[in-house]
Formats: sequence, structure tokens, C-alpha cells
Amino acid sequence: MNNTELQQIANEVRKGIVTAVHSAKSGHPGGSLSSADIMTYLYFEEMNVDPKEPKKADRDRFVLSKGHVAPALYSTLAQKGYFPVEDLKTLRHIGSYLQGHPDMKGTPGVDMSSGSLGQGISVAAGMALSAKLSNEDYRVYTLLGDGEIQEGQVWEAAMFAGHRKLDNLVVIVDNNGLQIDGNVDDVCSPYPIDKKFEAFNFHVINIDAHNFDEIRKAFEEARNTKGKPTAIIAKSVKGKGVSFMENRAEWHGSAPNDEKYEIAMEELKKAGEALCQK
Amino acid sequence: MSEVKKYATREGYGAGLVEIGKKYKDVVVLDADLAEATKTNMFKKEFPDRHIDCGIAECNMMGVAAGLALTGKVPFASSFAMFAAGRAFEQVRNTIGYPHINVKIGATHAGISVGEDGATHQCNEDIALMRTIPGMVILNPSDYVEAKAAVQAAYEFNGPVYMRFGRLAVPVINDTPDYKFEIGKGIVLKEGKDVTIIATGLCVSESLKAAQMLKEAGIDAEIINMHTIKPLDEELVLTSAKKTGKVVTVEEHSVIGGLGSAVSDVLGEKLPTKVLKIGVHDRYGESGPAAGLIHKYELDGEGIFKQIKAFV
Repeated sequence: MNNTELQQIANEVRKGIVTAVHSAKSGHPGGSLSSADIMTYLYFEEMNVDPKEPKKADRDRFVLSKGHVAPALYSTLAQKGYFPVEDLKTLRHIGSYLQGHPDMKGTPGVDMSSGSLGQGISVAAGMALSAKLSNEDYRVYTLLGDGEIQEGQVWEAAMFAGHRKLDNLVVIVDNNGLQIDGNVDDVCSPYPIDKKFEAFNFHVINIDAHNFDEIRKAFEEARNTKGKPTAIIAKSVKGKGVSFMENRAEWHGSAPNDEKYEIAMEELKKAGEALCQK
Repeated sequence: MSEVKKYATREGYGAGLVEIGKKYKDVVVLDADLAEATKTNMFKKEFPDRHIDCGIAECNMMGVAAGLALTGKVPFASSFAMFAAGRAFEQVRNTIGYPHINVKIGATHAGISVGEDGATHQCNEDIALMRTIPGMVILNPSDYVEAKAAVQAAYEFNGPVYMRFGRLAVPVINDTPDYKFEIGKGIVLKEGKDVTIIATGLCVSESLKAAQMLKEAGIDAEIINMHTIKPLDEELVLTSAKKTGKVVTVEEHSVIGGLGSAVSDVLGEKLPTKVLKIGVHDRYGESGPAAGLIHKYELDGEGIFKQIKAFV
């Protein structure tokens, strides 16, 4: 898939995110939009997965450690064909299989329930260790927030993954720089993120989270890295793709009203049309 | 009278792990730098490749166990009760309980019989914590034989199981030919008509001693070994309570939220009956030899006898 095709899918993923959160009247659009390109690349280029067989044994696994960006995961899974895009509008509604945070019991394609921060990376490490124990060659991916890495358990897991040389594990940090209470470096700075993961015996790659050439190169490099897990520190823009949400902490956990929803969808529609001209 | 054999239930955990390790290739044992104390070192010796020491990081260990279980292994995550149920409570709740993942938790050093290490390591709250997690099975074996049986049963059960083991050597009481362990089925060790004693863990053998003293005092007690706290054998509780009209629960755990509360919940709703809860009364433990503490907290035969005599 070329970059334009990936950008087109990511744009559709963004439309789904905004639509789902608008319909739910709550949720987390900012971090969902910042991770949309990474999510798209994972499910459309990188991972060995099959929407017709979501539980196939040799599939690559994905754990959304920053579980609050469930809309990004759901919208990507819907684009991939795990369930109808139309169902995104049921997000957070009573009885919906699209829970506010990922629920592996109810949603096709979700490999692990998550949402309580800092815990998903441990599960991903366990899955990666499992492959090593039984000589299986699936790979494991987990997406963390830059605020999330304030949780101590992240570093317990990082120490474990480095110690166990889990080179089938890729940790991606969505470094959008914002958390609920403001800038991550004002709240409780996690920087330098790359040096921290290096110190925990990871191979570390810094990239622009919205540049598919860099994303592609990073995942290829991770695949070729032996004896160490890889951490991809992806510098992103919170709210990416919807101008009034970009780089604004208040869009971490609030939904657009009808008027803002129309503006956002119009922007994404235009972005989609521009990509078609390419 | 021949000397009764005594082993800690944690020894049964270690031996049980070795047994299932031999039978099933998918068993993986995790520990958090306590392999000697939890007895998982017995498994480590036999199967070093399937023993994963996670270091002193119990929260991560629970997540790693979930990941292993989701990819076809049957992990037994092991630590002291304080850290398995206490420190890692939210990991157990959200990462194992909510997705109902097939993780087994082996929690040793439960209760005040930890002894000299004192209050920080004496977990009297783990049953209460684990009971609140929907779908969690809680096993609290009474001796070495039952501890081994619990490990086998936990392996066979599909879903999360919390197993509680002790540090103190306790008498072997279940080495009988007809002994059978079934999750959720309490065992009547002695029938009686005056009072029902429902005991769990090391308090089962102490309750048997108390029953002997009660007999000499003219009180005929029924003794139930309630090795499964959740799901509770409600039918057995109701049947026995109906017969005797008086119920005593005995546990090396807080009287808040443990076996006593579980039994009271059932009786309160279905068959209001006078209940005496023997256990640790809303306080922390302290340092001292385990047997001395069990005596001080009136969880030995003599203490149980005294409290029941005053009750009936």
C-alpha cells in the first residue's frame, strides 16, 4: 500500500473517530486522532491479521495500553472489516459492543481489554514471552500514551521486556505532549522518553507519527532488531486532522457538539478529496 | 497416639505445581523474587524454562500472566497474599477479572501465621478483596493434601482462580482414601446437631480440636471444611444451619469480608440464623512465632472452643 492510500484510510479512520465520539457525546478524540496514522499502518501494513478470522492462532497481537483511545482502535478495525463502520455510532451506548474502553469479550479484533493505564504493556510483554516459550513467530505491538508512562507499572514492564530480550515486542509511545491536566512536561515530565527506554535495554527509534515513510522505516527496523524490544517514540499532534482540536488539551476527553461535529467532518471531507487528487 | 504429620500448605502448592508441570506442558509458573518462600522453586528445579521470575514487580507479573494465558499457557502467578491480592488488586480486577482470563494466582503467607515478619506482611484482607471480583474463584485449602488437590482443580477450571496458602506447618487431615476435592463443594468432616462450625484454611484442623473439647462439654458440633470461599456452597450452609440453628465461622482472616461475611450474606437473605464470626477483629497483626499468634488471636482449638462455648 502506498502512502496516499494509507493517508486515505487514516482519513476515513479519523472520520469514524469524530463520528463515534460525537454520537457518544463523550470520549477521547484528541489522543485518538493523534494515533490514527500509527493505527492505520499497524492494521493495513504491519500486522498479520485477518478480519475474517479475528482469533487465528498465529496472528500478530495488538494491545491498546492507552485504552481511552478506543475510538481509534474501533474505527481502524471497522475500516479493516471486523465490523460495520455504521456501528461506530453505537460507541458508549447502553448495550453496545463498543464499550468506552476496549472489551475483548465483546468486540471482534480486540486482543485485550484495557483502559486502566500502565497495564496493557505488561500483557503485551506476557504475549511476547509466550511466543518465545513456545517458539512461535507472531509479533506483539502495544500503544502507550506519553502521559501513561508516568505509571510505574510501565517501567516494571519495560525492565521485564528488556531483561527477557523480547525482540518480538514493539512499544509505541504516542507522544502528543498533552494529558488531561495540561502539557506532560508541566504536569510531571516524562522526558527524555527515548533515553529512558534505552536505559531499560530497548532499541529506540524517534519518528514523526504522521509521516508514513518514517512509520514504515521504523517498523521495518524493529522487525530487523534482534535481542532487544523496540520502542518507537512517535512525536504526534493531539487532535491531528481537525484544526480546532489540534494541540489543545481540552479535546483530550470531550466530544464535539453538533456544530463542531459538522465543521470537523467538513474538514476531513476536504482532506479526503485532496488525497483523491494525488 | 501416633504423631500427626505437619506441612505448610505452601509446600502443597509447590508439590502440586510440580505434579501438574509433569502432566501438562502449558503450565508456566511466575514468581516475584519469592521462589524459595512460595515454594515455586520446586517447580523451577524441575522445569527451569517454564519458571519465570518477574523480579519484585507484582503488578507487572499479573499482566504478564494475562498475556501468557491469552496465548495458550496456563500461568500460576505466585507471591505473598499481601502483594498478590493487595498491591496488585487493581491489576487482578481489570487485567484478569474483567476479561475473565485463565490466570491462577498462588498467594502464600496469608493471615497472621506469617509470624515474625509482622503486620506489613500478614494479609487478613485478601479473601475480602478477591470476593468482590466477579467470576473469581477463591480456594483456601486446609492442609497439604488439599493444597495439592486445589492446584490440580485450579488447572482444570477455565477462568481466574485465587488460591490461598499458609506459611505455618499444619496437621495433615485429608489423607483419607475417599477424600475428594471439588470446587464449590464444602466437606462435612463431622456431623453434629447443636452447632455448625464452618472453618477454612488452617482453622479447619483447629476446629476439629475445638469440636473434641466441645464434645466433652456436652456440645455436639457439626464441622464443615469450606475450602472454597467463592462460589460458596450455599446449599451445605443452609442445610446444616437448618439442622443446628446456630452457625460459627472460623477463619484466619478479617471477620470483615471473609468467610464469615460470605456465610452471613447467605443466611441473612435465605435463613436468618445466629452467627458467630471467629477471625481477626478489624485490626492488624503483629510479630511473634506463628503458633503463639494463632493462640493469642484465639484461632487455636482452645480459643475456638472458648468462644463457641460462650456462644451456644
